[in-house]
Amino acid sequence: MAVLDILKLPDERLKQSSEPVESFDRELGDFIADLEETRQAGPAAVGIAAPQVGRFQRIVILDVSTRPKTPNNGYLVLINPEIVHWEGYAMGREGCLSVPDYTGNVIRATQIRLKAQDPEGRVQDYAMEGFEARAAQHEIDHLDGLLFVDRVVSRRTDLYRRKVYKS
Amino acid sequence: MAEWNLLTLVGADRPGIVARVTRLLCGLGCNLGEASMIRLGGNFTIMMMVSGAKPDDAVLAALAPVVEEMDLRVHLDPSHGGLHHHLAPNYQVRVVGADRAGIVADVTEILATRGFNILELESDVAGERDRPIYIMNIQGYCGETLEALDGALAPLAERGVSVDVSPVDVLIG
Repeated sequence: MAVLDILKLPDERLKQSSEPVESFDRELGDFIADLEETRQAGPAAVGIAAPQVGRFQRIVILDVSTRPKTPNNGYLVLINPEIVHWEGYAMGREGCLSVPDYTGNVIRATQIRLKAQDPEGRVQDYAMEGFEARAAQHEIDHLDGLLFVDRVVSRRTDLYRRKVYKS
Repeated sequence: MAEWNLLTLVGADRPGIVARVTRLLCGLGCNLGEASMIRLGGNFTIMMMVSGAKPDDAVLAALAPVVEEMDLRVHLDPSHGGLHHHLAPNYQVRVVGADRAGIVADVTEILATRGFNILELESDVAGERDRPIYIMNIQGYCGETLEALDGALAPLAERGVSVDVSPVDVLIG
């Protein structure tokens, strides 16, 4: 187990797309343990994505279960996640381990359905809403080389870009 | 020159003000920190944190030609602030009501009694000319509960002002 170094802006590697995971082996399990330890070591992050520690594979950890009154699916390891349905949108404030000392308003879908594999490679389906759905979208963006700063809308007004999500 | 200064520039809005001013500051070796720039009632307003090795007089002198050409009003004030002093808001307050004198004072007085620290406030007058409505959006930090804030602001509803307080959850991921 080890706390891994977090890549931070303006590190260009954060902008690259990550590759799907193909082997669900012991080494993957070890990496997930390190990734979780890294998440817990930082400032109260509810999620972390593998590319944030320089591993460009489609792996995300999410856990919003420690927050009061927040609907959640518990501690989740999402491998090769794919959002298959989204609905609604809301503005919320986000920050990121890879962008220290900055927060900004981002529009995200309020309800999503997601397919992902677990660390053993089994396909799972999840329904998420609110804060958990926001966290999932934030982390999955990392897998596509996107940071929340790429989606920040004006902090001064609630003006929206009309099209926010690629289908 | 103090380590950081707050530079304020205001003038009739036109294209090119930001480019001219910031290029000049760059030439002086100044660094820019946080800035707020927005058009207000036909004016363009700039408030920004500026640091650099040059004395205040040198900065003002260097800005003088642009200030004159673009008819800007300028202030340069030493500031103790610097970088990395961000506070994250935990509440958003949205206010809408028929426009009348005193809405801002009414709302913010109540917030102040609860120790609410306003980090950002923007407001506008919308609606029809003969029936204007006032819209205000505040983000800030307060140690009290949502229920306490709602309760404190409730009397405003009777005076025709709609106030909605919602928590701002900052997601770190």
